[in-house]
Amino acid sequence: MKRNPASRDALFAAIVLILLLAIPILHRSPAFEDFIIRLSAMALFATSLNLLVGTTGMVSFGHGMFYGFGAYAFGLTMQLTELSLPVAALFAVALTTIAALVVGAICVRLSTDYFAFITLAVQMLFFSVIVSWQSLTGGDQGLRGGIPRRHIFGFDLGSQLHLYQFCAIVAVLGLLALRHVSMSPFGNTLRMIRDNAERASFVGIVLWRARLLAFTIAGGFAGMGGVLAALFVSGAYPELADWPNSGQAIFAVMLGGINSFLGPVLGAMILLALNDLVQRFTEYHGLVLGVVILAFALGLRRGVLDFIHLVWSKRAR
Amino acid sequence: MDFNALGACFTTPACVVTQATSGLIVGMLLFLVAAGLTLIFGVLKIVNFAHGTFYMLGGYVAYSAYAATDSYALAVLAGAVAMALFGVLFERVLMSRVYGSNVLMQLLVCYAVVLIFDDIVKIVWGPEFRAMGMPAAFQVPPLFIAGGVVPPFYAVLIGIAALIAIVLSLGLSRTRLGKTVRAAAVNPQMVSALGVNTTVLFAIVFAIGGGLAGLAGALAGPVRSLSPGMGFSILIEGFIVTVIGGMGSIAGAMVAALVIGLVRGFGTIGFPGFTDGLIYIVMIGILVLRPQGLFGRPL
Repeated sequence: MKRNPASRDALFAAIVLILLLAIPILHRSPAFEDFIIRLSAMALFATSLNLLVGTTGMVSFGHGMFYGFGAYAFGLTMQLTELSLPVAALFAVALTTIAALVVGAICVRLSTDYFAFITLAVQMLFFSVIVSWQSLTGGDQGLRGGIPRRHIFGFDLGSQLHLYQFCAIVAVLGLLALRHVSMSPFGNTLRMIRDNAERASFVGIVLWRARLLAFTIAGGFAGMGGVLAALFVSGAYPELADWPNSGQAIFAVMLGGINSFLGPVLGAMILLALNDLVQRFTEYHGLVLGVVILAFALGLRRGVLDFIHLVWSKRAR
Repeated sequence: MDFNALGACFTTPACVVTQATSGLIVGMLLFLVAAGLTLIFGVLKIVNFAHGTFYMLGGYVAYSAYAATDSYALAVLAGAVAMALFGVLFERVLMSRVYGSNVLMQLLVCYAVVLIFDDIVKIVWGPEFRAMGMPAAFQVPPLFIAGGVVPPFYAVLIGIAALIAIVLSLGLSRTRLGKTVRAAAVNPQMVSALGVNTTVLFAIVFAIGGGLAGLAGALAGPVRSLSPGMGFSILIEGFIVTVIGGMGSIAGAMVAALVIGLVRGFGTIGFPGFTDGLIYIVMIGILVLRPQGLFGRPL
């Protein structure tokens, strides 16, 4: 019996969510919960980037801009207005989506290399605005004073357990939505553009419109990741929008695999775990991380999940 | 923003000369870095994200060579030659394995090298800032041009970079090697079919690029402090210069480097704290209006 792929995905997401929510009931581990909270933000960030890189073939170097935008939009909304937390979060995501639409309108018409550079330039412009607009953003000190952690639906986000539950729910729902986009006819259109843009345009697809829509959606979901990051650090810092942060997302995507939907999530997991592990043993974590990345790039030549897929399909033949 | 200060500066020759020279040395260092970047891209169609590392290592090698020999000329030579060799090694051992694969795979390899060597520098030279100090030969009274102060080292630095620019463009247009390099930039398969060993050619291109970046690092020693992260910031600016000038164009790199240098020099007076932003705005404007850059061929 062939089941509807959408309901299969929903079932899978539900199982993962139930597992995640069940773990703290069975065993409380602050380190694990902390890891999942950080992973939820990173996973949304990396997976949304992969909608551009893996699905559409648009290499953006400036995706961190929307992560930082989401974090600042959320932090400022919470500090300056009396809106409740979910409303502020939705507002921040909506604002980031609009920002992505505007930035995308400028960027998406450029071809590959130049697209990468202009997204990087726009991100760096955004970064310098954050750093120099001290009266609003606190400059390079970041948005301080904390985010008022209000109660929502019986959640108290000051407690780690509730923050964990909130992040797990948002991340799983967000990833499910992205999965839906990626499997939809629109997702197939994007893959067609990636594989042969000329042919796609021959069959009547307006390239810039599809690319702009993908860019906007990806920006919005990166903003959602930024909101979670802002909740976790209880503030927002310029580093969230700096280019090494975009680099992190690119590495998560590349380590996990660009052709598998869950690749970036796995990559984010590997990257976070690696960072934590290495930092515990040596202060020279760049050295170790660099060697590991080299081993991946020159040894596997592709992300982990893509590699597994390759081995799997070879064995099946 | 302080347009009054900017206007006041433009009406006093002394201020114009001082800001223009400080802008020029920034521009000249950027040119040396960007020239290698644009050459490597032009021939190999590879964006060398590890180029800042060459610059940083060149600076540190020169620092040690200067401490050991007490001769600044030897130190500069050591920085440039060491990085030319390092460039060849980098190309042969790492980059040649990812030719033709995904751009992101090349980015990953370069980023790994950046991470590794930032830490190696920390281990060998320490994490703190290092200053090479002005060599004794240049510790003479500054020149005064129209009332503006120009340290003699600045004049020498500008002269060396200008000389390199001339040698590089003449070498590319007149010599046999230069012609081969330009041919390889257009069609490497054909060049290879005509009997040119492109493997060696690619290594030479990386040697030139690495040598120029190392030279820039060594020349920057007396005017800027050395720190393990210094490669990162110059890399970004090097990219901006290559993009504005047009990827693959040496002349474009020169013009763009001077523009960026002067924007920096005068921007510190007119827009203190926002000079970086100003440069990104210039870059975005160029990319929107003329994506291939000022001197680039349309893609």
